[in-house]
Amino acid sequence: MTEIVALEALAARVESGQSLAVPVDRSGVAMAATAAIIADGIDNLHLVCVPISGMQADLLIGAGAIKTLETSAVSLGEAGGAPRFGAAVRAGSLTLRDATCPAIHAGLVAAQHGVPFMPIAGIIGSDLLEVRPDWKVIDSPVGEPRKVVVVPAIKPDVALFHAPEADRAGNVRIGRFRELATMAYAARRTLVTVERIVDRNLLETEDSAAGVLPSLYVDAIAVAERGSWPLALWDEYPADEAEIARYTAMARSEDGFRAYLSTFLSHRKQVA
Amino acid sequence: MQSEHERRELLIATIADLLDGIRHVAVGASSPIPAAGAMLLRARNARDGKPPVRISILGSQRHNFFTNGGIELFDCAAQGRVDAFFLGGGQIDGEGNINLVGTGDYPRTDVRWPGSFGSAYLYHLIPRVILFREEHSPRVFVPKVDFVSARATTPEVPRRGGPYALLTNMALFDFDREAGGFALRSVHPPFTPADIRKNTGFDYAEPEVVRETPRPDGATLDLLRGQILDELAETYPAFARSMTQAA
Repeated sequence: MTEIVALEALAARVESGQSLAVPVDRSGVAMAATAAIIADGIDNLHLVCVPISGMQADLLIGAGAIKTLETSAVSLGEAGGAPRFGAAVRAGSLTLRDATCPAIHAGLVAAQHGVPFMPIAGIIGSDLLEVRPDWKVIDSPVGEPRKVVVVPAIKPDVALFHAPEADRAGNVRIGRFRELATMAYAARRTLVTVERIVDRNLLETEDSAAGVLPSLYVDAIAVAERGSWPLALWDEYPADEAEIARYTAMARSEDGFRAYLSTFLSHRKQVA
Repeated sequence: MQSEHERRELLIATIADLLDGIRHVAVGASSPIPAAGAMLLRARNARDGKPPVRISILGSQRHNFFTNGGIELFDCAAQGRVDAFFLGGGQIDGEGNINLVGTGDYPRTDVRWPGSFGSAYLYHLIPRVILFREEHSPRVFVPKVDFVSARATTPEVPRRGGPYALLTNMALFDFDREAGGFALRSVHPPFTPADIRKNTGFDYAEPEVVRETPRPDGATLDLLRGQILDELAETYPAFARSMTQAA
């Protein structure tokens, strides 16, 4: 059964040392829960960005919560490069697992299907194969004889995202952001924050059920209003570009980042 | 002297020409000039009764007809349903290889860029990849990239995808897949072939007579300054505003 809990109780289910899968900015990023995880002092996380991340990854890196970073990119979009990511790479304080977007999707799909690896087109010739010894080039065992890349299954301990609404049974509306479902199928546990909990049954009609992740895959839900802020939540609110630009400027220095983080954490507390 | 505004118009019109004949083009996020080029082609085809053009802009809600999540673009490319795409690079070398990771020795690169995104995969699968990098300098166009995010040619595996052209602030190059290198096609006025040679860190083929990149004609400029800027404003409001103010 999906439990409906307070935001802090949901965040407390993320433990140091776990692997944590999070979605790209446009799909619904659980920023309020990220603040709560940082406030809890969680560290040594293996962050899996599906397939890239922005301010969420940069905040977690700056706060010292990440040991291993598996991603196809970290970027703050229009605001520019991710400053704490850049600083951590220069300092050598992160274990990098550079990837390419479809390889992260393929790894999750392997876990979704319960198989150890997934073949994937392209990639051959890229230096990613040099820095990712867990990716292999094999001779295709079936069909036309050719080389093909295989990537191992990605089975995160926890998948975490934010969505507009869930019903009382724990069914979550994810729209056409199907990668959120893939993350949930692949992960051992899935934690979701939502803007609101609705009384109607989201599975009631074919129309309403089409964009829904069933509660079977959802372990816990917490309400977090404006839970993606300052990032956007689809169909609900746009990104707060001024706030993201303010973060980007402040996070250029370690001191500036600390000042930003402290305000960010207390702001989230006030909202909660 | 060419203004910033005229320079952008020439790039947009050149991209529309490079895309001629395609049915579906995908454009990455934060790429207003490629998006404008794709929209110009679509508008021109509609005007001239040519086949319709589909445009997918990644990260846009409005210009995105996919319903199967983030994986669908990649699947679509693997099925041969994406004809053209744009890639850039912190470094691009004479063999067409691109580096989106950083300079120096991985993993502790001197400068770290965001990462490879989908390049390592899409370069193999999309037939007409247009390399678009506005800065034309020897630090971008290097003899050999420090990290190969995506390799342009791989004789050891069959592929339909790869570089088609390289467009910069100064020039347009064709990519020759057989030879595995670039050939200068045209220079944007007021630059000369000597300017291009001086600012390019890799070797490339050059015809005896190098043409000037044609400026967009009046009908193209009318479309661009009217309909295209309106369409563009939905996804890139700041860029469309700056183009409108300059006009």
